[in-house]
Amino acid sequence: MTVLFGQLFTGISIGAVLLLIALGLALTFGQMNVINMAHGEFIMAGAYTTYVLQQSITGAGMSLLIALPVAFVVAGAMGVLLEILLIRRLYARPLDTLLVTWGVSLMLQQLARDVFGSPNVQTRAPELLTGNVALPGGLTVANNRLFILALALAAVAALTLALRLTPLGRRIRAVVQNRDLAAVSGIPTARVDRTTFFIGSGLAGLAGVALTLLGPIGPTMGTNLIIDAFLVVVVGGIGQLKGTVIVAFALGVLQATGEYLTTLSVAKVIVFVAIVAFLQWRPQGLFTLRTRSLA
Amino acid sequence: MSLFRGRRILAGAMTLVAAAAMTACGSKTSDEGGAAGVSADISGDTVKVGLLNSLSGTMAISEVTVRDSIMLAVEEINAAGGVLGKKIQPVGEDGGSDWPTFAEKAEKLISEDRVAAVFGCWTSASRKAVKPVFEKNKALLFYPVQYEGLEQSPYIFYTGATTNQQIVPGLDYLKAQGVKSVYLVGSDYVFPRTANKIIKAYATANGMNVLGEDYAPLGSTEFGTIVNKVKSSGAAAVFNTLNGDSNVAFFKEYKSAGLTAAAMPVVSVSIAEEEVKGIGTQYLEGQLTAWNYYQTTPGAANAKFVAAYKAKYGADKPTSDPMEAAYVGVYLWKAMVEKAGAFDVEKVRAASDGITFDAPEGLVTVDGETQHIAKTARIGKVGADGLITEVWNSGKPIEPDPYLKSYPWASGLS
Repeated sequence: MTVLFGQLFTGISIGAVLLLIALGLALTFGQMNVINMAHGEFIMAGAYTTYVLQQSITGAGMSLLIALPVAFVVAGAMGVLLEILLIRRLYARPLDTLLVTWGVSLMLQQLARDVFGSPNVQTRAPELLTGNVALPGGLTVANNRLFILALALAAVAALTLALRLTPLGRRIRAVVQNRDLAAVSGIPTARVDRTTFFIGSGLAGLAGVALTLLGPIGPTMGTNLIIDAFLVVVVGGIGQLKGTVIVAFALGVLQATGEYLTTLSVAKVIVFVAIVAFLQWRPQGLFTLRTRSLA
Repeated sequence: MSLFRGRRILAGAMTLVAAAAMTACGSKTSDEGGAAGVSADISGDTVKVGLLNSLSGTMAISEVTVRDSIMLAVEEINAAGGVLGKKIQPVGEDGGSDWPTFAEKAEKLISEDRVAAVFGCWTSASRKAVKPVFEKNKALLFYPVQYEGLEQSPYIFYTGATTNQQIVPGLDYLKAQGVKSVYLVGSDYVFPRTANKIIKAYATANGMNVLGEDYAPLGSTEFGTIVNKVKSSGAAAVFNTLNGDSNVAFFKEYKSAGLTAAAMPVVSVSIAEEEVKGIGTQYLEGQLTAWNYYQTTPGAANAKFVAAYKAKYGADKPTSDPMEAAYVGVYLWKAMVEKAGAFDVEKVRAASDGITFDAPEGLVTVDGETQHIAKTARIGKVGADGLITEVWNSGKPIEPDPYLKSYPWASGLS
């Protein structure tokens, strides 16, 4: 029983990581149809931001708290820069955004190598987050995992509320549903795009901060994450935050269960087979976006 | 845009990622180079040697330090007049933690740069990748890291430990502490899998239970489930053959799960002082390691080595076992060349048997037959200062036995 709950929690915490890395992508790929291969490098930027702050500010706890907003802004600014310089010229050509951002991602990896060196680096976690909470029955839940779970859920809540309730959110949804109609209705679509990109990339920065609590920080860490992130968004249904959340946790639990019963490699195969089977059954993903767009 | 089209584009994205991944992992074959081998270029007043280490990627945390200590040995030898009157000119290549790249760079060092010997490699996967290249070209590799044994190549000198000089003493130590059950955690490639085969054979013969065995891909950072399995197994100790910075994620998870060195010690065979620093002492304090050398190993030769290393690279840089073995490798090569009176590979090999060197770890002797060296085994404990202190040693150098011929329980392994 303890093992079962332990594994369930492991699955949920893998899901929380998946959710954090996929959330920004759900916005930029799902809502805007931009395939941003540099999303993984924005995550890396968030992780390195934490590292830099920790080098300059003493106290792991303080630097982690400061890192959250700073990494959001750093990664977000990188996203805006990418949007202004390249992506806005390619909104009608999604396949080109794939190639262009792939190139950008390689350049950012090299930049990271030049600035921080090739060997991966580590951050110290605040003392509070290295421990665990002991529950009855010998079950323990790790504090760093709880923190990541809370961060992921807070990000989803904030994003959902922003999209539903704020004027900006309404504009974003209008542009997503029908860009031309939104434009003739007086919505400055270019500025909305830029803001959406800022938020989406900033969320990647937050994911980067969270990942420093789990493992090493390196120039190629984004490459390992980008596939998982795309899987979650596609299986969840393009343009649907709800799907992203459900699928992130479902895949996390499936991965943890599969790994417990077999091995890590076999579990990965199980997850991929499950995804392929699911997409045969529902090619459009878990949820679909109903739009009045003509395209 | 329709969803259908979105999916096709995504399929394109996935193909691109997959293609990139395959390029990185794909093997390259090359037929150039003849059976005669390429002889080293010694026409000038220098002799070139190759340095082949991962300066980037998941293994860089470990291999950069090996490069640093090889450079130290080269500089020391040059300052003392070089080898056979020639100054050593190092040629460095980055293996990038990618085995086909290692093979490619080895070929380049041998054929294009015409080096007299190559120093480097860390993972067994990289050594296995370059082995045919050295054998085909009849060139020399000095390999500085402990490994899983069961191998012998006429063109490789193994200056790190083989299993009977590290893993078997590690198990003997656990047995002496009364440990009756172990859990095996390792990276998914040749060294951990072979090492664990040996550990299981040892366990069967010595009344020890192996309660589980799990592997994670090199560079993997998701250890939640593995740590859960380890914890619920109730094993008395964990034998850790993870390599590279997966160890960072593993030990963070281990501590978060509330597991401690006192309750369930982890014996690691690939974590030395440099890695301890990288992972964070807070995660490793009290954990055990099995090696042949620590920065704290007593002796004049080590005091000199540590002082020279710190003078060159900084007072906060620790020395470690693979660094020491790499450093020793350069000196052993020098001694072999001088005994042979030539840089010629076959003559150097013929001269190797019985060569000794007053190494930082103590006196080492080359066994010409296996091309391994006799080494003292040392079990150490990680202290609060990040250094490792010896808690047990074998008293005298252990003769290398890469095929474990002297252990009846190992008869079925090779």
